[in-house]
Amino acid sequence: MDDHGVSSVITLDGLQCLLDALARRGYQVVGPRVRDQAIVYDELARVEDLPVGWTDEQDGGHYRLKQRGDHALFGYAVGPHSWKRFLHPPRVGLWQATVVNEDRLHFEPVRDDAPRYAFVGVRACELAAIAIQDRVLMDDNHADPHYRSRREQAFLVALNCSEAGGTCFCDSMNTGPDVKTGYDLVLTELLEEESHGFLIQAGSDEGADILSELPGTPATGAHHRAAREVVERTRSNMGRSMPQTAIPALLMDNLEHPRWDDVAERCLSCANCTMVCPTCFCTTVEDTSDLEGVTAESSRRWDSCFNADFSYIHGGSVRNSTRSRYRQWMTHKLATWVDQFGTSGCVGCGRCITWCPVGIDITEEVRAIQGDSSQGEQT
Amino acid sequence: MPATDHKPRLGVWKFASCDGCQLSLLDCEDELLRVADAVEIAYFPEATRSHIRGTYDLSLVEGSITTAHDAERIQEVRRRSRTLVTIGACATAGGIQALRNFADIDDFLTAVYAHPEYIETLSTSTPISDHVAVDFELRGCPISKTQLLEVVSAFLRGRRPVTPAHSVCLDCKLKGNVCVTVAHGTPCLGPVTHSGCDALCPSYNRGCYGCYGPKENPNAAALSERLDQLGMNPSERLRFYRTFNAWADPFREESERHES
Repeated sequence: MDDHGVSSVITLDGLQCLLDALARRGYQVVGPRVRDQAIVYDELARVEDLPVGWTDEQDGGHYRLKQRGDHALFGYAVGPHSWKRFLHPPRVGLWQATVVNEDRLHFEPVRDDAPRYAFVGVRACELAAIAIQDRVLMDDNHADPHYRSRREQAFLVALNCSEAGGTCFCDSMNTGPDVKTGYDLVLTELLEEESHGFLIQAGSDEGADILSELPGTPATGAHHRAAREVVERTRSNMGRSMPQTAIPALLMDNLEHPRWDDVAERCLSCANCTMVCPTCFCTTVEDTSDLEGVTAESSRRWDSCFNADFSYIHGGSVRNSTRSRYRQWMTHKLATWVDQFGTSGCVGCGRCITWCPVGIDITEEVRAIQGDSSQGEQT
Repeated sequence: MPATDHKPRLGVWKFASCDGCQLSLLDCEDELLRVADAVEIAYFPEATRSHIRGTYDLSLVEGSITTAHDAERIQEVRRRSRTLVTIGACATAGGIQALRNFADIDDFLTAVYAHPEYIETLSTSTPISDHVAVDFELRGCPISKTQLLEVVSAFLRGRRPVTPAHSVCLDCKLKGNVCVTVAHGTPCLGPVTHSGCDALCPSYNRGCYGCYGPKENPNAAALSERLDQLGMNPSERLRFYRTFNAWADPFREESERHES
């Protein structure tokens, strides 16, 4: 953890002071909250707004909230939302065109007043996902202005995970569960019989500024050891793991593997995996005109490689079968993403497994192809 | 009426249906006057008393074909229409009344009517596209008025309407809804159902009823396995697929798999 030389221990009151300090600085504070029997990301004002005492049970196609029996504030894994919905919103207006003087078109960009967000409880896998979207959407030559304006203003309060979910596999993707970089402040929840507080460390100048305003006590070696134990316990409880092999070569060498037919039998091509994935960034542009033919609007919304329209070009869709769509998604996420952006597109958050209505497990699909391939080599 | 001569002529036609989709047009309220400005509403029995006369630039057809008379009438509508758009599940898939297609019509007639001999009906309820060429099919039971305005606006400019064929799931995710199947164990047709309602039922923590019919490339068999795990027995699964879009091929084939 590359702390800015500042760390302290705060109580729950101190955490409330943090939320207040962020709000005072004009941030719209967003964090985990319970809604519709899940932990989603929404506006947050009070510590009591957090999912106090809740955890989640996660498996392929399965998510249930459970009471923990303690008062942990962050005792759960990631839910259906990711920070993508704030930094790379589901819908963005692009431009409007109006007919003037009957023969001229006047184009105007749609005003995009990006809020200044402060995210509270950003997991290591999510920081990795944001770093990936930064590479994709803030590349110097092709920056997306909507993403950039939100991202550059965002304040990130990260969190070392104290609970691994049933579909988590960040450890095997080398993205977590410990936070290493890319945050303004990082919290570790220290929950013991007699005390409940947070080790808090700064990762940026603004983070250090805010930290200096919070009531806390200097962190001791014991606090840091306790925080490391929290993370190591989480690491040893990962619900899933990605096979440790050269996945890009494995997948690209097996583009005609029978497993693609097998997964196509089960896959609904409903696009849920791509919507919940914190790195999937694809969008489509929708153009409409009004009844009078005076105004036209162009807007952007999330789209998915699981939809026929997504690969529609002159003559039809390139990927008509579920087999080709699933293969496109998985080979891009785990293999060609590396060629394109230098890292895997997967951070091991497990959302695509949990929120797939039929519980297709990307780690299992890799394992199946790997297993058959190694068997193939033996015979 | 020289002032209206150059406006496109709109006809709204009714076949076997509940009128709900036509009413979506009247429900437009704020936009209705703009619609009336943009087109000449030349035939609309639900709203006006004019008669069938001449040709129509845009015909909106509601309802399915259930009588020999209607099977002839739709040919006449097609002949008089430059562009023919079906609106709603009846016109597009045969509607709830297509349940008759799975049974013997005479059994229904004797069960329902004191004098079945007065009833002249076909043994099936079929979509408009089984009878004439259709230029565009707008889904829904009922249709969304927003989508109807989009289709009319698109027709007026000669562009493709924005009515995507993806799953209801995608709309849930755009809205930030929590998945009712994954998080609550609620059976939901969203993964196989066509977008258009803005994920109405799941937004209120109900499973999707499939009012907009099958999405493109649906995998109903895979969803049925999940419905089975959620505790739906075969007859419940059959009924799940057999509602307003029962006769749409993917739903029909899947419901037939669950017949005992």
